[in-house]
Amino acid sequence: MRQTARIFFTATFTLAALLGALTLASFPATAADGASSVIEKGKAVSVDRKKGNCLACHAMDDGTLPGNIGPPLIAMKARFPDKAKLRAQIWDPTVINPNSIMIPFGRNRVLSEEEIDQVVEYIYTL
Amino acid sequence: MKKLLTAMILLGLLGSFTLSAQATPQQDLAEFRDYFKNRFPKTPFNDYINGVYSIDAASREQWEEIEEFPPYELSISKGEELFNKPFANGKGYADCFPNGGIGIAERYPFFDSKSGKVITLESAINTCRQSNGEEPLGWQKGAIADVSAYMHYTSRGNIINVQVPNDPAALAAYERGKNHFYAKRGQLNMACADCHVYNSGNKIRADLLSPALGHVSHFPVYRSKWGGMGTLHRRYGGCNKQVRAKPYPPQSDEYRTLEYFTSYMSNGLESNGPGARK
Ligand code: HEC
Ligand code: HEC
Repeated sequence: MRQTARIFFTATFTLAALLGALTLASFPATAADGASSVIEKGKAVSVDRKKGNCLACHAMDDGTLPGNIGPPLIAMKARFPDKAKLRAQIWDPTVINPNSIMIPFGRNRVLSEEEIDQVVEYIYTL
Repeated sequence: MKKLLTAMILLGLLGSFTLSAQATPQQDLAEFRDYFKNRFPKTPFNDYINGVYSIDAASREQWEEIEEFPPYELSISKGEELFNKPFANGKGYADCFPNGGIGIAERYPFFDSKSGKVITLESAINTCRQSNGEEPLGWQKGAIADVSAYMHYTSRGNIINVQVPNDPAALAAYERGKNHFYAKRGQLNMACADCHVYNSGNKIRADLLSPALGHVSHFPVYRSKWGGMGTLHRRYGGCNKQVRAKPYPPQSDEYRTLEYFTSYMSNGLESNGPGARK
């Protein structure tokens, strides 16, 4: 039983890592035009109240009436030199802080993997 | 077993304040009060009955103007009329409650050892009706909120004093309510405590989050958003929906025990229902 569980875990981790690598890798390759439309899409997802609704908790960009539950989203490149860590924070913030009020956007499928990639690209410009 | 272990590990990791699992209700209450005292040192204890306005001078003025011509006034007078109108069998609400139902709302909810249930004021209102051959009222708004509003009005100024008697079933009910309050739920994964304890006083978008201390004191409430009155369980349903959790039915064990826990946490405060909120 233990053995199977371990194999299962290793397999899922490897798979997750691979998937992560694939999705992350798909962006830098896009042309300049493609990149800016990804950023625009990311912004749209971030401000949409039914999607990211990041403004509920974070001051961000030119967003109006932001909440102040989380830190302002600025200087993301400096704070997250490793983009994968930024993505991980959005995918499931409770990994780092189990008590986080921030929504596990990926784990609970609030956003699709593609939408999360778009959000990452967008806030990486802030 | 594994789930339990994970849950225990997670609990152990929580950095911020959570009421500990083995504490007595009395210890919980002391910790709960202290937490808010430290968080809002300028708010006098009894002011928590005013919800978000107890910590927000900016919106308080506007609210005080509203309270001068209270939007719940009509509900109180409708409630009084209903309360005094005899049932078909000639009896009335006054026959079902201690002291004829006047000035007793703050004693609710209480744990009834005979039925093993938490009895809320609204549940007692409907039990009274049914035991006299009347149809029960809908739980969340309308006549039940009116009767409750009137009964609460006659309790204004009385001190909330909810008891957890020395009965394992009562303590278990209290614990179920406490668990609901601190457990993350819904697709958005948030607990009541996330918004009303750890982030009380912070803004979620444009809304300032009220402290959970005093949450129950002024219900039922007139909400501009509802354009009318609603019971506490109506509000619970709304807060569950906000985090994309399926609300429980009003007066379910889940909400009764939640009311039991949060009312116990408001012990010592004045009852000031009905109230008005955004
Ligand atoms: C309900 C509140 C809430 C929402 C909604 C929310 N966050 Fe957060 N966020 C937080 C909190 C609180 C933190 C602080 C760290 C923690 O507790 O996880 C945080 C931390 C972060 C961080 C780390 C910042 C740093 O410098 O460490 C990033 C990046 C972030 N959030 C991005 C987002 C994005 C992007 C969205 C929307 C898609 C979002 N958040 C939505 C509450 C929220
Ligand atoms: C996503 C954040 C959030 C969560 C989670 C949440 N609430 Fe709320 N709640 C609010 C907001 C916003 C309001 C309206 C402003 C205020 O009074 O705090 C509110 C209002 C209330 C009120 C009315 C306060 C008053 O003075 O009239 C009660 C009672 C309440 N919530 C209880 C709960 C309970 C119990 C839970 C858990 C089942 C819960 N809330 C979960 C955001 C939340």
